[in-house]
Amino acid sequence: MMQNYWVPLLGGAIIGLAISILLFVNGRVAGVSGIVSGALRPRAGDWAWRLAFIAGLIAGGFALRTIYPESLTNTLEMTYPKIIIAGLLVGFGTVLGSGCTSGHGICGMSRLAPRSIIATIVFMAFGILAATVMK
Amino acid sequence: MKNGRRNKTVFVALAVGFLFALGLGLSGMTRPQKIISFLDIFGEWDPSLLFVMGGALGVHAILYRLIIRRPNPLLADKFQIPERRKIDFKLLAGAMLFGLGWGMAGFCPAPALTATASLRPEPFVFVISMLLGIYGASRILNNSSRS
Repeated sequence: MMQNYWVPLLGGAIIGLAISILLFVNGRVAGVSGIVSGALRPRAGDWAWRLAFIAGLIAGGFALRTIYPESLTNTLEMTYPKIIIAGLLVGFGTVLGSGCTSGHGICGMSRLAPRSIIATIVFMAFGILAATVMK
Repeated sequence: MKNGRRNKTVFVALAVGFLFALGLGLSGMTRPQKIISFLDIFGEWDPSLLFVMGGALGVHAILYRLIIRRPNPLLADKFQIPERRKIDFKLLAGAMLFGLGWGMAGFCPAPALTATASLRPEPFVFVISMLLGIYGASRILNNSSRS
């Protein structure tokens, strides 16, 4: 059974490495919601890298389609109104709370930033609440 | 010179986004049902997301400390790390709303973007709604202090 967890552990380590490279080379924190919100409100000299990062995330998805198609097969089995509400909540909430799973959950937690530790506990708790109640 | 350096940082961001997506796919983050099974602790619990978090935190917590010892990043003047410390209502309310949406649909921002490559309608609908939410919130808050 244990070997089932080596793959997610490796996947997580790759995410940690990617985040570290962005900090090491560009000096930037890889909070995805922050990168996207900045891309939607462009400022001179601060736009291209954000678009490039997003393009990379999507290009990586196309690579996965070829090398590991199972990773993209598990789609949302829910009604569109529910998907739309969830999307709006995720978008609005990550901007209001200044971060998401990557920015707070990985970058901020790695720094032991108090705001990120609290945010991660809160979004995990409310994620559990929604997943438990809504199923 | 300055422009050349900027082009390089754009390329690095592209490569990092790509690598990030591979990590997300490998770890199962791009499968919403898997996330929901992780968050639904009273159902048939799937603990694998803990290993994803463990792997990512393990690597970055160590590398972060080594990286910030350097005077500056390789291709930038300074490290831009959020310094706010105040735990306020916005942080708590935002994390609550985000958590609810995450638990409902099983998508957080990065995996949703990556999953659009499946070319199925659901990830697109989710991403467009998410972008509207992000845009709306940043218009309302007009926050210049983004991370």
